[in-house]
Amino acid sequence: MTKFHTAALAAIATLMAGSALAEPQPMANPAAGAEPIVGDATYKAFHEKEGISRIMADFVPRITTDPRIKARFEGVNLIRLQLMLTNQVCYLTGGPCEYGGRDMKEVHASLGLTNLDFNALAEDLQLSMDKEGVPFTAQNQLVAKLAPMQRVIVTK
Amino acid sequence: MRRVTYFLAALALGASASAAAQAADLPFESGKLLLTGGVTNVEGVGGGGLANWATITGYETRDAIGANVHATYVGLKDYDLRTYGVGVGFYDRVELSYARQEFDTGSTGAKLGLGRGFTFNQDIVGVKVKVAGDAVYDQDRWLPQIAVGAEFKSNDKGAIIHAVGGKKDTGVDYYVSATKLVLDKSLLLNGTVRMTKANQYGLLGFGGDKHDDYRPQFEGSAAYLISKRLAVGAEVRTKPDNLGFAKETRAFDVFGAYAVNKNLSMTLAYVDLGDIATFKDQRGVYLSLQAGF
Ligand code: HEM
Repeated sequence: MTKFHTAALAAIATLMAGSALAEPQPMANPAAGAEPIVGDATYKAFHEKEGISRIMADFVPRITTDPRIKARFEGVNLIRLQLMLTNQVCYLTGGPCEYGGRDMKEVHASLGLTNLDFNALAEDLQLSMDKEGVPFTAQNQLVAKLAPMQRVIVTK
Repeated sequence: MRRVTYFLAALALGASASAAAQAADLPFESGKLLLTGGVTNVEGVGGGGLANWATITGYETRDAIGANVHATYVGLKDYDLRTYGVGVGFYDRVELSYARQEFDTGSTGAKLGLGRGFTFNQDIVGVKVKVAGDAVYDQDRWLPQIAVGAEFKSNDKGAIIHAVGGKKDTGVDYYVSATKLVLDKSLLLNGTVRMTKANQYGLLGFGGDKHDDYRPQFEGSAAYLISKRLAVGAEVRTKPDNLGFAKETRAFDVFGAYAVNKNLSMTLAYVDLGDIATFKDQRGVYLSLQAGF
């Protein structure tokens, strides 16, 4: 590479970095419903991707048998749901995952969910996180990301 | 013995009312996460131990009604205070409460010239309305849950109250509370400003020879959530100083609140209620039991 090329590349790189700073970064995964937690401490407390996969393998059967909310999941592709939840929680806890699923508002819009549904699901998630041995403080960091989604998920 | 009876009565009432509600198919439910509705404080209002919070009592969500009964015992150096009552939360929006306080002077009554076991009784009817924010869901905003409320207090010892310089045996407290759950720090914070004339919560009447006007008082609470069942924290509460015969000072407590489940919770605290009616440093234990449905 010539000196000129190197200089040009450096200039372009600087410009790109500059413009990235100037414009607000778009949410990497807007459909995931929240910005991820900064740092990887929470992700580690969830025992990384394997831990989150175990949590969701416990959580999906839990919500689909919970008498308070199981009717909501009739006819749902649970394999997809488990995969999407795993990716979403991996992403939100600061892990190296992309969410890739549908937008939180769109996917729940037609379900007519109530606060009772929302809180029941949150309770079940706490039980699944307990089972994985996720410390309560780390659980709360994830729940802090999920709680505001109530505003788009609960429509009734 | 009497205290134990209260607790048992409160629990029995809670259990049977719960069964009755289910039988009648009323919109009762247990929809909030443990402890997020707070407990019942010493005045029967949803809050901590001494302070009012902006939370609406009960485990109901915005679609239903929640209620609870409570019994509280405060054993101080020279006095005892017993409170029992009922609180109802409507649609996580409005809270109505009733509490009866019995301030038992015990053997101190004789020293005060009132007679041994002389007891001041006070009825407190409370109403609280949530006006903005949500303590639990609004984790991405700084806006706390805000509620305004009033407590209508009526004391049955008017003659004594007048004799010690108190102006009235009834009074109304007005307050605004802001409560914020900071979930990512596992913290719950609360601040309340109360406009009041109450002497010792109203147990010694309202207004006095020194002052007889509404003055803003502050109540602050901070709690750390150790687990979903257990929270520990501290509170401070300032009070007016209206009576010439005895200086009134601030109150303070450190507490632990434990939710056995959604139907039963306990609060245990160490309280320092300051000086009461010339008797200094009223410290002791606070135990409250609450049964909800
Ligand atoms: C913070 C709370 C919640 C989060 C983070 C969440 C997350 C998700 C995710 C990631 C999906 C999959 C999206 C996709 O397939 O692309 C999904 C779908 C679904 N969720 Fe939720 N959800 C929440 C609350 C609830 C509640 C409270 C209920 C009902 C009790 C519920 C019921 C469903 C159902 C039925 C589907 C499948 C919809 C379909 O496939 O058409 N969700 N949710």
